[in-house]
Amino acid sequence: MLCQNCNQREANVHITKIINGVKQELHLCEECARQQNEFNINIINPFSFDSPMSFQNILEGFFEMMNYANKIPEPVTCPVCHQSFDDFKRTGKMGCASCYRTFNNEITPIIKRVHGNIQHTGKVPKRTGGILKIKRDIERLKEELRIAVMNEEYEKAAKLRDQIKELESKLDK
Amino acid sequence: MFFKNNNNDIVLTSRVRLARNIDGIPFPQKLSEKEANKVIDQVADSILNSNSAIAHEFRLIRLKELRPLERISMVEKHLISRDLINEYQKGAVILNRDENVSIMINEEDHIRLQVIYPGFKIKDAYDFASKLDDLIEEKIQYAYDSKFGYLTSCPTNVGTGIRASVMLHLPALTMTGNINNIFNTVVQVGMTIRGIYGEGSNAMGNIYQISNQVTLGLTEEEIINNLIAVTKKIIDQELKTREMLFEKKSVEIEDDIYRSLGILKYSRILSTQECLELLSKVRLGIEMGIIKDIDVKKLNDLLTNVQPATLQLIEGRELDVKERDIIRAKIVRETLR
Repeated sequence: MLCQNCNQREANVHITKIINGVKQELHLCEECARQQNEFNINIINPFSFDSPMSFQNILEGFFEMMNYANKIPEPVTCPVCHQSFDDFKRTGKMGCASCYRTFNNEITPIIKRVHGNIQHTGKVPKRTGGILKIKRDIERLKEELRIAVMNEEYEKAAKLRDQIKELESKLDK
Repeated sequence: MFFKNNNNDIVLTSRVRLARNIDGIPFPQKLSEKEANKVIDQVADSILNSNSAIAHEFRLIRLKELRPLERISMVEKHLISRDLINEYQKGAVILNRDENVSIMINEEDHIRLQVIYPGFKIKDAYDFASKLDDLIEEKIQYAYDSKFGYLTSCPTNVGTGIRASVMLHLPALTMTGNINNIFNTVVQVGMTIRGIYGEGSNAMGNIYQISNQVTLGLTEEEIINNLIAVTKKIIDQELKTREMLFEKKSVEIEDDIYRSLGILKYSRILSTQECLELLSKVRLGIEMGIIKDIDVKKLNDLLTNVQPATLQLIEGRELDVKERDIIRAKIVRETLR
């Protein structure tokens, strides 16, 4: 086998990476391997496991299986960063946080495959968590208000209305 | 048996990395240099101008202000990633005085917060990383979704955005080829193990990194506990294998260790690969209590200092491959003298 880098000398250094169960192989001659290792692979690069290449390889498999090309009407782009799902297929990267909403239907099965799960259970940012909680509280109070009005409990309704106003003013801050 | 059973010897470092993005700003690869600079300012402000007691320990380094060699040396020290260098016009890093905390700005995500501790201290590393995360959040609104958790540029990191890893020295498992079984097993439990050079049985320097692969659906604590459990098993296997090897071939192993030390102490030309292989043998000697008069810390320093860019920085000039091999031998000789 010839070296994949110079295509001249016999490959006698074989590098195998297994990422997420996906095997990547690299066959090099000693000279090219030595050049590579001087600056690249001799460092255990703690970051290289999120290299887009490996993820893209996995993605390719998904797309083949799911036949995405037929499913997605092409011109859909993210309203915030204008990235299309095609761009994601090419790069393996989302353009911005909104892409997760725009391409929710397409990305959910991919995330499910990568992580075996689609529901976050870990840390919640305090700030966002606070806002979420207020939003949920407002929804709950509005429901109570609707019921109170229906039952003609106007005193209770007035109280609930004030509570909702107070929470909404917190959101506006 | 004179085995020291100290997990900290086999675990060189414990590392936790959190990926975070700022809400409302596209991910770094979509940003112009100007926009990227605003992100740098914003993140720097959240740490450097916080009223935290540790704020003064941190400094901001914009990568474009460094020389190329300095940037590569930072990769060799595991402070930044190669990806950050590739986009160095947009990138920056916030480091603390001890250089065990690095906050990369505008790598794949706006924020990549990393804490490295020596030894097997992955929980402590996470606790500190999480505190810094809270500190940044006091001023920055993170991109977060109640379903997908922390949103990241690559969907492989969503959820907790955590990558917890340990760096292990596994010479016996490598020597016997048993490392290949470990490769297979680790993958099955949602983690990865990577050597540096060559296939499993031929990783340069016998140093491996194990890290979690899944970031969504588990809590940070669960992810870390899984990593600890797997790491303990591997350490156990490594120690058993060492014992077994030593029972069969004690003289040969001792001979190999002392020969390696001899080469490191007296040679005049050392390639990176040879150097790392010999350092692994000497490390094994120290871990097994055969070599007693060398501090393992010296070996840890050498691991970084013999790398090409760091070596040139130490020497203060650019060197070609041959010169590097000569200087490498000199640095090793002087360190082990």
